[in-house]
Amino acid sequence: MSFFQVLTIIIPSTLLTAAPLIFTSLGGVFSERSGVVNIGLEGLMWVGAFTGAVATLFLEHAGVGAASPWIAILIAAAAGGIFSLIHAVVSISFHADQTVSGVALNFLATGLTIYLVKMIYNGQGQTPYIANNIDKTTIPVLGHIPFIGPIFFQQVTYTSYIAILFAFICWYILFKTTFGLRLRAVGEHPEAADTLGISVIKLRYIGVMISGVLGGIGGAVYLVTITSNFNISTIAGQGFLALAAMIFGKWHPIGAMLGSLFFGFAQALSITSQQIPYLDRLPSVVLMIAPYVLTLIVLTGFVGKAEPPKADGVPYFKGQR
Amino acid sequence: MAYAIEMKHIRKAFPGIVANDNITLQVKEGEIHALFGENGAGKSTLMNILFGLYQPDEGEIYVHGEKVKITDPNDANRLGIGMVHQHFMLVDKFTVAENIILGKEPSHLGRLNMAKAVKIARDLSDKYGLDIDPLKKVEDISVGMQQRVEILKTLYRGSNILIFDEPTAVLTPIEIKELIQIMKRLVSEGKSIILITHKLKEIFEACDSVTVIRRGKVIDSMAIADTNPDDLANMMVGRKVNTQINNTAYEPKGKVLDIRDLTVLDSRRVKVVNHLSLSVHGGEILGIAGVDGNGQEELVEAIAGLRKASSGTIEINGQDMTNHKGRKITENGFGYIPEDRQKDGLVLDFTVGENLALQTYYRKPFASSGILHPKVFTQQAKQLIEEFDVRTPSERTLARSLSGGNQQKVIVAREVSRSPQLLVAAQPTRGLDIGAIEFIHGKLLEEKQMGKAVLLVSFELDEVLHLSDRIAVINEGRIIDIVNPKETNENELGLLMAGHKKEAHQA
Repeated sequence: MSFFQVLTIIIPSTLLTAAPLIFTSLGGVFSERSGVVNIGLEGLMWVGAFTGAVATLFLEHAGVGAASPWIAILIAAAAGGIFSLIHAVVSISFHADQTVSGVALNFLATGLTIYLVKMIYNGQGQTPYIANNIDKTTIPVLGHIPFIGPIFFQQVTYTSYIAILFAFICWYILFKTTFGLRLRAVGEHPEAADTLGISVIKLRYIGVMISGVLGGIGGAVYLVTITSNFNISTIAGQGFLALAAMIFGKWHPIGAMLGSLFFGFAQALSITSQQIPYLDRLPSVVLMIAPYVLTLIVLTGFVGKAEPPKADGVPYFKGQR
Repeated sequence: MAYAIEMKHIRKAFPGIVANDNITLQVKEGEIHALFGENGAGKSTLMNILFGLYQPDEGEIYVHGEKVKITDPNDANRLGIGMVHQHFMLVDKFTVAENIILGKEPSHLGRLNMAKAVKIARDLSDKYGLDIDPLKKVEDISVGMQQRVEILKTLYRGSNILIFDEPTAVLTPIEIKELIQIMKRLVSEGKSIILITHKLKEIFEACDSVTVIRRGKVIDSMAIADTNPDDLANMMVGRKVNTQINNTAYEPKGKVLDIRDLTVLDSRRVKVVNHLSLSVHGGEILGIAGVDGNGQEELVEAIAGLRKASSGTIEINGQDMTNHKGRKITENGFGYIPEDRQKDGLVLDFTVGENLALQTYYRKPFASSGILHPKVFTQQAKQLIEEFDVRTPSERTLARSLSGGNQQKVIVAREVSRSPQLLVAAQPTRGLDIGAIEFIHGKLLEEKQMGKAVLLVSFELDEVLHLSDRIAVINEGRIIDIVNPKETNENELGLLMAGHKKEAHQA
């Protein structure tokens, strides 16, 4: 097997597994840049995946057809946004410890989604499989470019490219708009923002809710492109990988995207190893733990000093200076 | 006479304390008005009310003769009131221009117009003669420039009444002079200024009139021409204070601290202390004068064992203490009043009693076999609180809740009571009010008279000049000269501090 062929296997697979991580880690960037640590990304992905499954099944049943998963992603975005409000209210309005609140969000999401699955599907522990996935496809025109086409634009899903586009949109919003400037100011020095008449509370709510929306999208994309049904092991740590990707990317949208692609690559290795020369001789357990081992290595050694926004994780009390 | 600001009968109470009690403040158009009082007298509360951060319980505010209600900083901005905060309200990672326009950004459909922001910053800095670099990040510029950015922020918002909250606390003497010139220039442009301060010198150099407050009440208000420093100091403290430091006779004894050829690197591996040699004798106060960032901090940390010396030796009481552990150095007769009292001097969430025992807790009678004896802690604490006049409700009070002056007294009590042969005091009076400064100065002199060696590092030239028996001037990590305080003056010191050795001697 030629190196070219290896690339045509591993890169589309990387793009596929990276897409949900990109969306979710971008969400993390917004929340933490506004000063709210969001360890609840995992829970938001659970809610997104659950909503994505249920909504797709419902829409299919209603006869919507191939558009079902796309509409389901939008519904999951809304669900994630609403679910993240819990984190916002608890940690912003009530000044609770943000890590604890995020952990609570994760527990709540796990319990709630599985409970609802059992309620809706007569006590079963998982949803039925959706019929309309977002399938791998060849992108028109680009897919037919020699060399580049087969590597980057064949056997891919549109969601991967939408995710990458989102990263650039997020970068633009954060660094080129007044909203972005204010959001970052609130995450770095909320007192300063407050004295300039910027509402710290409002911007932090927006930051957390954007993370909810993007986390919801991330979860739903994972479901409709990769697993096709929702059960207790669907998300299994993807949200934490997204969190790691965000830190790896130093709280920068493009960095978070690259971090997600890296972890996507690590996951793709374990998925595709059986098709790749030499790798197929390794015990599969080695490749399965690879993403997590790489996470540890990367976070301890390679990132250098990852410096979070200064006021990240610090509740803001108006008038306490 | 028109008033820019009139605050009438303001009252503001917090749980357990009345911070402002029937305060009336009248600031004329185009004057610099000092709001003078000790820490905790209620100055900041009053200004936070004017700036909309607090709501008064009672009282009225008039701006340019019109009655107003100020419920948040936006209201204050609209009325042309701007505040230059003591702890700068700047986002370190943003550029100067971004900080200036934040909250009132030049933009089109939500898109930031950074080119215009930079131009705005440049134009403002030209107009008011405030030298800044709009494209530099705030974390990379000097404290003086950061303050100019704070001033520009208020000017950009069209403020014509500027509140300066203890603006000189963080500045070097040269920067203070510049700031006073800036304030005078702003007033000549038609602005009115309220200067919150507890430093007499600034009031007489900069202000037109002064309102003195003590314990939440106005004591008096007058034109500067009608008063003098002694009267003002007495009014502020409520008793007679001694603003003049009288150094005592100089009878040096043997070397206690002997530093030879010391080199220290900072965290970026730059040589900040550069082959420095210096000795301090028993019975003397050696003052180190220098512009901030010339190696003072690292020198002191190396002596205290908090930073590694890369070469050279430090001897204390004849024993080599170079790169030894802090405890060993401490036990060898070393006392240390660190520059940042809240970060390095105290554990803020420990009680006063625990803080007083931080250097001795592991020894008998404070502990035996690893078990602490709280009764001994309490006993010692009560005695030291009494002896050092620490104003605290009890020894069980958290250090965090004490005023700056009393926090410093806790540190001084802890260090001095162990009667170390060498006492290193870094910026011991920074941010303290007159009463506390008087106390700290007295203690340093007492130590000297008892034959101890005192190394004093301070940016307050007055302090160095009046307390020291010898002054070592530090520049770029070297002692460039040692002068006799009786034979020098601020100008000569200023030139030496800037590294001009020859010119200084000719001057």
